[in-house]
Amino acid sequence: MPKIANRTSSLAIKSYIAVFSARFRTLLQYRAAAFAGFGTQLFWGLLRVMIFEAFYRSSTAPQPMTVDEVVTYIWLGQAFLVLIPLRADPDVRDMVRSGNVVYELVRPANLYFFWYSRAIAQRTAPGVFRALPMFITASLFFNLQMPPNIPATCTWLVSMLFAVLISAAITNLLNISLLWTISGEGISYLVFGLTWIFSGIIIPLPFFPDWAQATINILPFRYIMDIPFRFYLGHIPPEQIWYHLPFQIAYLIALITTGHLILTRGIHRLVAQGG
Amino acid sequence: MTNALRLYMHYLSQSIRSQMQYRASFIMLSFGHFLVTGIEFLAIASLFARFKHIQGWALPEVAFLYGLINISFAFADAASRGFDIFGTMVKSGDFDRLLLRPRSTALQLAGHELTLRRIGRLVQGLIVFSWASYTLDIAWSVPKIYLVFIAIFGGACLFIGLMIIQATIAFWTTESLELMNTMTYGGVETAQYPLPIYRTYFRKFFTYIVPLACVNYLPSLAILERGDPLGFPVVLQWVAPLICIIFLIVALQIWKIGVRHYRSTGS
Repeated sequence: MPKIANRTSSLAIKSYIAVFSARFRTLLQYRAAAFAGFGTQLFWGLLRVMIFEAFYRSSTAPQPMTVDEVVTYIWLGQAFLVLIPLRADPDVRDMVRSGNVVYELVRPANLYFFWYSRAIAQRTAPGVFRALPMFITASLFFNLQMPPNIPATCTWLVSMLFAVLISAAITNLLNISLLWTISGEGISYLVFGLTWIFSGIIIPLPFFPDWAQATINILPFRYIMDIPFRFYLGHIPPEQIWYHLPFQIAYLIALITTGHLILTRGIHRLVAQGG
Repeated sequence: MTNALRLYMHYLSQSIRSQMQYRASFIMLSFGHFLVTGIEFLAIASLFARFKHIQGWALPEVAFLYGLINISFAFADAASRGFDIFGTMVKSGDFDRLLLRPRSTALQLAGHELTLRRIGRLVQGLIVFSWASYTLDIAWSVPKIYLVFIAIFGGACLFIGLMIIQATIAFWTTESLELMNTMTYGGVETAQYPLPIYRTYFRKFFTYIVPLACVNYLPSLAILERGDPLGFPVVLQWVAPLICIIFLIVALQIWKIGVRHYRSTGS
């Protein structure tokens, strides 16, 4: 009996991987969009770098980060911009609108993980053509620095992996919310706004006032950018990974469980129109 | 001309009426816009709490630049939704219908929708602007008030012009160019800080090619009575916003070339 259970679960995982890789390869087709995105992000990165450099020129007061650290942090943010859960999966939205979402229920797979695999692809594929060129360009011309040592690199990679998984779980929550709101515009905007502010993309989180830090620290959004980036810089010592990793895992499990629960309830009240 | 204006007003009233059908969604989205732009301003304020000033400009002065540019952009953004979705219209072939009607295509697109939820950004910009004017204790005079109005008007013209050019590109690419957002949204963010902080090529681009400095930095110098380290002639501070009206007219001419070039996708 356990043998069969094992076999089905490994089959299920295989199918999720297949969904992921199919979606990933589809998304890789949008090369022109990636190229335009690269130009856009170069602009934003340059703008923010110039603003911060001007601030550092204007004051000698001690700051939470050095100017070089801020510059690298900004370029990392532009390179991994795709991690911001901007909107729900457009295909899922069309399915909900047209009613074709009922076909998804027929599949012999868990719908949550089915969509989750797609969400992971959505949060990684566009990055392939953006992250690497951005890394090369910014390190050649705009003072993006490499991690200071191997522990920093390793802890960065580990926390980056969870950043992708957390960001995809938030994206999947947006997908699921479509079952209620259909347009999803309002909730998407709200989630996007929260991530935009509390992930560190506008300004590195240590620059927020000290009284705001407690609030920022309990939100999951800092694990999408701020924490991985500060591991990269060595701004957070590598041994702190043992403090942050449990939090990342806990947030991931909480987001997946919540999504799963809401999806189950959503399916129960789903009424498909005929035709 | 009056006929066109009357038609435009009619378009707008229709658009407002239709948006009011989804009142909850409207309130949520405008509130969301208000909140996000509001917290973005708090992020700027927290940088000033740590650095005190940016090349001699303190928070209230930067808030003045911020409020001014956001008010202009909110107007432009609300009025140009039609141009924003123009790329999809070309792709689906819906633009053909517009060509059949005996009115200019630019007018029809401008009247497509007055996006009311942009009121969130407008209100936020007005609050920041009022706070800045109050804190700076500006000695308001008739010429200064006139300058604020033409700066906002010129700014709106500039951004609408940019959005028209962005839409025009879709005639050739059938795809709205994301890169152009760096001029609109990026322009707003650029103008939030004083021009001298930027590198020379960047500054020149936003002065001579996209005349952003003309609607924000230059008139603000006159209103705040500050010296200009870049050494532009003083008279320019008072008339520069008018240059953006020319920018809009040029953009409309480029649009006309685009329309002549148009070939339906056939779908």
